[in-house]
Amino acid sequence: MGDPYGMAITHAIASGMGGMRGAGDLVARMQMARGMRINEAKTYVANKLKVGVMDLTDPIIMTEVRQDLGLGLVTPLPGIVKGMEAKFRIADVLGIEINCVKRFKNSVSF
Amino acid sequence: MGDGSPIEMAESELRQDLEEGTREAAVRGKIPALSEDELKHLYDIFAAPYRFLSVEPGKEIVLSYDAGTLKIRRVGIAVNRIQALQIYEKLLGADTMELAHVDYSFKPIKPIIGNEQPVLEQALLVTHVPLFYGAMPNLGLYTQPDGPFPNPSELLPQGKIAEARESYEKSVEAAIRDMVYVSTAMMESGADGINFDTTGAAGDPDFLATLKAVEILKKKYPDICIELGMAGEFVLGMHGDLRYDGVRVAGLYPHDQVKLAEKAGVTIFGPVVNTNTNRSSPWNLSRAVTFMKACVKVSHIPIHVNMGMGVGAVTVADHPPIDIVSRASKAMVEITRLDGL
Repeated sequence: MGDPYGMAITHAIASGMGGMRGAGDLVARMQMARGMRINEAKTYVANKLKVGVMDLTDPIIMTEVRQDLGLGLVTPLPGIVKGMEAKFRIADVLGIEINCVKRFKNSVSF
Repeated sequence: MGDGSPIEMAESELRQDLEEGTREAAVRGKIPALSEDELKHLYDIFAAPYRFLSVEPGKEIVLSYDAGTLKIRRVGIAVNRIQALQIYEKLLGADTMELAHVDYSFKPIKPIIGNEQPVLEQALLVTHVPLFYGAMPNLGLYTQPDGPFPNPSELLPQGKIAEARESYEKSVEAAIRDMVYVSTAMMESGADGINFDTTGAAGDPDFLATLKAVEILKKKYPDICIELGMAGEFVLGMHGDLRYDGVRVAGLYPHDQVKLAEKAGVTIFGPVVNTNTNRSSPWNLSRAVTFMKACVKVSHIPIHVNMGMGVGAVTVADHPPIDIVSRASKAMVEITRLDGL
């Protein structure tokens, strides 16, 4: 319960990593895939992206990094990878298995 | 106040409520109270003359959401659930999202699972952030008139304690089957994780059933991500003698709940502290932070503290004031050192 302005938006600005504006989705994936605590997950992602931990929430740096590595952007520029395509890249860059990527590969292999 | 109404407090009143809040949690949970430094930090947060506060750079955490897709529709925005996911991902800075059905309980989802899977599969094609499928265990749906088993609320006043307990035990077995069935289908459709939300809403049978369902799913899918979010701070003893791994689940507080969650195979635990509408927000936040700090300290898995409306010191109001929510968000992250909200 609670309206999105009072809950989701307030928490996102007060203490969130910014999702795709930064590397919040990538850090979340390490918590989910490996059960990493927050600092371990941030360090792991920063090392994989070859950036500093503080850069993970910087939208300018992360937009460049995400564009270079094909990890998906908030603003879908022409020709860049998006959606499922980006998740193929995320799985590869982070060295994890993503369930829907595995399923997609199984579906299109023949 | 805990109900969201604005009040003014003298410095001495603020200090007193912060001290009373942590003391109340310490006594109730048999856990350490906050230190003087932590109380001072809370005081500074409440005394700050700003309408919005945030954590220091570098201390940001991951956000997960329960029933996120429903919250867009709940405010009357006419979009479908995939569009709601995209709104959270692209407009609201969400680190993860959750697809959910309006019924939001595993039992009613079971017969329509074939309609839910394609929505998840389509959503996964166009989104980027990790996507949970979530619902409530909701054991209240398993007793008459909503379910097949005799209603313990009718049996107990008649003194039929054994019969009431038997009914709860049968509900547990049926709920486990439904949770495993729905979760299996969603994992086969590609979900990044399953969120058991509002666990324990129907008391100790609800919590036990969920732990057992998690155990089964973890064996079936060793890499599965399971988030288990609680309904309340205290597991109500509706049955009173249900045990998991030898531990009686009734009466457990968050710092003990998380130990059982870990044993069952939960990946991310979402503890709850209820907001008291009759007490001030400083009292509620001091109390909530005390409980959550103890939970984070003993946990070996990521902790995403519940801070939606009515829990984690967030006010009980449809439109929570952002001065309180942002202060609660900052304090909870900086003092407890949790992993997410």
